[in-house]
Amino acid sequence: MGPPSEPPAALVRCTRAHGQYHPGVPANATPLDSLIYARGLTKRFGSFTAVDGVDFDVAPGEAFGFLGPNGAGKTSTMRMIGTVSPVSAGTLTVFGLEPAHDGARIRSRLGVVPQADTLDRDLSVLENLLIYGRYFDLSWGEARRRAVELLEFVQLTERSNDQVEPLSGGMKRRLVIARALINEPSLLLLDEPTTGLDPQARHLVWDRLYRLKQRGVTLCLTTHYMDEAEQLCDRLVVMDKARIVAEGSPRQLIERYVTREVLELRFRRDEGETDDSAHLVGQLEGLAERFEQLPDRTLVYTSDGEATAAAAFERGLRPTGVLVRRGSLEDVFLRLTGRSLVE
Amino acid sequence: MAALRISPPLVLIRPTRMVERNLLVYRRSFMVIFSGFFEPLFYLFSMGFGVGALVGSVQLGDGTSVSYAVFVAPALLASSAMNGAIYETSNNFFGKLKYAKIYDAVIATPMSLADVARGEILWALLRGSLYVLGFLAVIGVLGIGGLGLISSPMGLLAFPAAMVVGYGFAGAGMAATTFVRKWQDFDFLQLAIMPMFLFSGTFYPISAYPAALQVVVECTPLYRGVHLIRALTTGTPDVWIAIDVLYLLAMGTIGLAIVSKRLSKLLLA
Ligand SMILES: Nc1ncnc2c1ncn2[C@@H]1O[C@H](COP(=O)(O)OP(=O)(O)OP(=O)(O)O)[C@@H](O)[C@H]1O
Ligand SMILES: [Mg+2]
Repeated sequence: MGPPSEPPAALVRCTRAHGQYHPGVPANATPLDSLIYARGLTKRFGSFTAVDGVDFDVAPGEAFGFLGPNGAGKTSTMRMIGTVSPVSAGTLTVFGLEPAHDGARIRSRLGVVPQADTLDRDLSVLENLLIYGRYFDLSWGEARRRAVELLEFVQLTERSNDQVEPLSGGMKRRLVIARALINEPSLLLLDEPTTGLDPQARHLVWDRLYRLKQRGVTLCLTTHYMDEAEQLCDRLVVMDKARIVAEGSPRQLIERYVTREVLELRFRRDEGETDDSAHLVGQLEGLAERFEQLPDRTLVYTSDGEATAAAAFERGLRPTGVLVRRGSLEDVFLRLTGRSLVE
Repeated sequence: MAALRISPPLVLIRPTRMVERNLLVYRRSFMVIFSGFFEPLFYLFSMGFGVGALVGSVQLGDGTSVSYAVFVAPALLASSAMNGAIYETSNNFFGKLKYAKIYDAVIATPMSLADVARGEILWALLRGSLYVLGFLAVIGVLGIGGLGLISSPMGLLAFPAAMVVGYGFAGAGMAATTFVRKWQDFDFLQLAIMPMFLFSGTFYPISAYPAALQVVVECTPLYRGVHLIRALTTGTPDVWIAIDVLYLLAMGTIGLAIVSKRLSKLLLA
């Protein structure tokens, strides 16, 4: 990459002034350093704002994740990057190109695994890959060579000549991933790549994505699974209600937003007993920096779970269950996006 | 390794990808394609020869008198081109757009929406050309039998003319389909197609109508198609055939432009 330079004038012109600044976004990143460069990126559907002025960069070779509850705006963001949804406001460049002007050029270097798999139900497994290769201007011979190789890669060789519909969810997902690779993309967009898959299928997909990353393919994915984010992402942003609320590596986020350990206390609650959470928290006061009362347990955020549990015992608390665990990305997520379902 | 690129011009090549996709689908059910082949022939036999036996001959615009079968055959050819185009661009296109969601996958590739629209029109035309050629072959064979359904060498132009008719209706039909919300809406399309088929000078000369009504019928696209093809097969061209061609080409091209616009509204939210 060349030295940091000013973005081209054309890009500056349409960059909206935006107040938010996310600590993890390198201030000097430019559209030319980043595979994806977004500043004040906004998506509106009529009067509804689905993505509200987000800033992020994805560097070449990186695995970047969007984490966020339902409706946070992850898919809307991915679709703008994939150039299948016009940008409402702000700046977005992919490979240094603008979606509105160079959509076809961007797409020719992009692999896309959409949230809802858009397989061609009228075609067989192999034909799905062949025709996709043709859409990318591959010769039939080259399309076939790659298709055979990719079916091997996602372990679907035996199903080559089957129709798509009877495939299991996991197989369909793998087929969509294979299809996204037919043009040997340098950037892969994956919208919830493993939602609905069983553990075996998820691990297979993770393994394949990891191998792609090893080969230098840049990954940009969304997920609801914290373990997936921890496994795959070098860096991620948490989105909530159309905005980015945090950014960093999984490790940084845990350090920043939760304690090293979390102590989980369960108390027996007798039939008909009124809510005593206020009372409980009162008793725990001063033991740790932060508590959270869930319907079935109390979470105590602390640097040393054992010590805090002992202190609670000394205060006369008698929990029926005690669990000390490490602070996780899930704690970060729930802290940032709230415990209740936002719909 | 570098992708093997097919040399330009992509603007002409890319639409053919949609044709390839459809060929992959239909190579397993090729017989379905042939069903559309028989309808115009059934009409030809029942109307051309059945009714023709009662009617005798019909006078063309320039005063020449031709047998009823010769009169009706070009009209059936035009109708067949229309029906083929409409069939492919209404139900089939709608199914792919709204239910099979074929294009949701295509838009993530370098293909543009204009490529998709042009490709599907091309496919409709290719499919229609099978019916047109089949029909022409049958009436050609009958011609050898002394029936002379094509009474002029100009009749050879009936094939490209039928393609022009197909293009006009494919463009318009596809544009209309992008506004359709549910299958039942296609009943309205039939409500436009059926009367055109019956009243556009297909089965009798429009001189049977009062003058005002004649003008209305002359403005319908199928009338223009029938006029064009009949002028060629009977060897009685007039200056109006230029209007016919322009009218139908404009209809197809405007339709295509509308389709590209509408698809971007429907698919690129
Ligand atoms: N085409 C559309 N028209 C109108 N509103 C839309 C459209 N697409 C998305 N939205 C709205 O935008 C918001 C963000 O949706 P989006 O699909 O981006 O969320 P998401 O983070 O991907 O959620 P999920 O985790 O459920 O997939 C939602 O409130 C959704 O209803
Ligand atoms: Mg989504």
